[in-house]
Amino acid sequence: MMKGSSRVTENIIKTLIWAAALSVLTVLVVIIAYILIRGLPVISWQFLTEIPRNMGRSGGISSTIVGTLMVTLVAIVIATPFGIGTAFYLAEYTRRDSMVTRVIRFSAESLAGIPSIVYGLFGFIFFVKYLGMGWSVLSGGLTLAIMILPTIIRTSEEAILAVPNLYREVSYSLGGTKWQTIVKTVLPSAIRGIANGVILSVGRCVAETAAVVLTAGSALRMTTSLTSPTRTMAVHFYILASEAISFENAYGTAALLIILIFLINVVANTLINRFIAKGR
Amino acid sequence: MAGQHKISVRDMNVWFSDKQVIHSLNIDIPSNEIISVLGPANSGITTLLRSLNRLSDLNPAMRVEGEILLDGNNIRDVSVTELRRKVGMVFDVPTPLPISIFDNIAYGPRLSGTKNMKNLTGIVEQSLREAALWDDVKDRLYTPAMSLSGGQQQRLCIARVLALKPEVILLDRPCSGLDPLSTAKIEESLKNLKAQFTIIIAPHNVQQASRVSDHIAFMLMGHLVEHGTAEKILTNPKDQRTNDYLTGRFG
Repeated sequence: MMKGSSRVTENIIKTLIWAAALSVLTVLVVIIAYILIRGLPVISWQFLTEIPRNMGRSGGISSTIVGTLMVTLVAIVIATPFGIGTAFYLAEYTRRDSMVTRVIRFSAESLAGIPSIVYGLFGFIFFVKYLGMGWSVLSGGLTLAIMILPTIIRTSEEAILAVPNLYREVSYSLGGTKWQTIVKTVLPSAIRGIANGVILSVGRCVAETAAVVLTAGSALRMTTSLTSPTRTMAVHFYILASEAISFENAYGTAALLIILIFLINVVANTLINRFIAKGR
Repeated sequence: MAGQHKISVRDMNVWFSDKQVIHSLNIDIPSNEIISVLGPANSGITTLLRSLNRLSDLNPAMRVEGEILLDGNNIRDVSVTELRRKVGMVFDVPTPLPISIFDNIAYGPRLSGTKNMKNLTGIVEQSLREAALWDDVKDRLYTPAMSLSGGQQQRLCIARVLALKPEVILLDRPCSGLDPLSTAKIEESLKNLKAQFTIIIAPHNVQQASRVSDHIAFMLMGHLVEHGTAEKILTNPKDQRTNDYLTGRFG
């Protein structure tokens, strides 16, 4: 009797868990499929290479692709060294329960919970107005860098802490200094986790709208420098749809955005497997 | 006086937080012999070994007092990286780093600035030969060290220490997870190595101590109970506690 009922419970729970996983997968597939089905027919060579004309009703989206890549690049180049540096400080140079560590960790966690529009507002007031950088790739990139910093810090710190302590002891016992131990043993072992955090952040930068529209602007012409304004694909999509300019081109942009994020993930993972994680 | 002994420990007291784990320990360790430090778990043997190459520094809760002399010089007076190259350590579990066999052996020499590939290759081959691992791995030096068997991994760790050209080798229960055949191979290498090095081993049982040691020290609850030549300790221990441990009454 007991045995029978516990098996029934087991099966019910198994079914529920399956159902949960299946419904999540379904929603995901439906959304992506819907966007691709409506967006892919719009994508053509012309769509990729021409700048938007007539507010985006016609022409392509080349300037927004360039804008997206530039803003993201600036954000990643700035946030990665600071984020990884902070993570190493937290994990290797202070005791886990020290006051400094707790303050930094608390700040990082608080930063992670702030809505992106608040970063946008801050970036607008500080970079665009106060520092006089105007709507520009640089303002947008800096704002995004602050936004993704907590993600990079936390994922990197977790990756560093996951490196077995034995590896550090071995390195020290072979005459390694702290710095040599970090560079030659801890970093290579943690690099995959760190890289995953950076890739996650790239995705967030590419997809961000609110923080970017307030800091990088929404100019449609091709960006020529870090100080000129630009429009990212996500912003373009948002404006096309919200101002009912062209749903057709909005879906085209969205489809391309999905493909871009997918490509970034595939390329980054291939690079990690090929070069960094070799022999591990 | 001090010149005859490789290592002299004077009035060593060690605390872990508030708990004293080694009590006023004095011992002289002669050169080119194998000394076993024997005793049940929690006797302070690992602590003693880790103090000899100042690996104990890594633990902020650990406080070591007293003098430890290497060739008559206080180990606090030399740079810690230099000390650890002179006093190499093999841990109780095999600890290959997640890199290739070659890179594992070359890790120490590279840290101290050996970059020349020809020199490194020479050091790697010589170290692997001395650890009796060369024939097993000569065709796959660039494969991950993690793919070796447990016994091979431990011999790799010995080779990695030999590559430092150390003077003293500490082995903390190096065969505790290994099968008898691998254990025999490691013991055989140790006997061959003592001509060049001073070897301090925490054996994993009395039998191993009797097989490899020239000297034996017996520790219990942080105290050095007695020490002397292996023959004397094994056949005619002075202290009743040593006798009880050796005959298997406890431990």
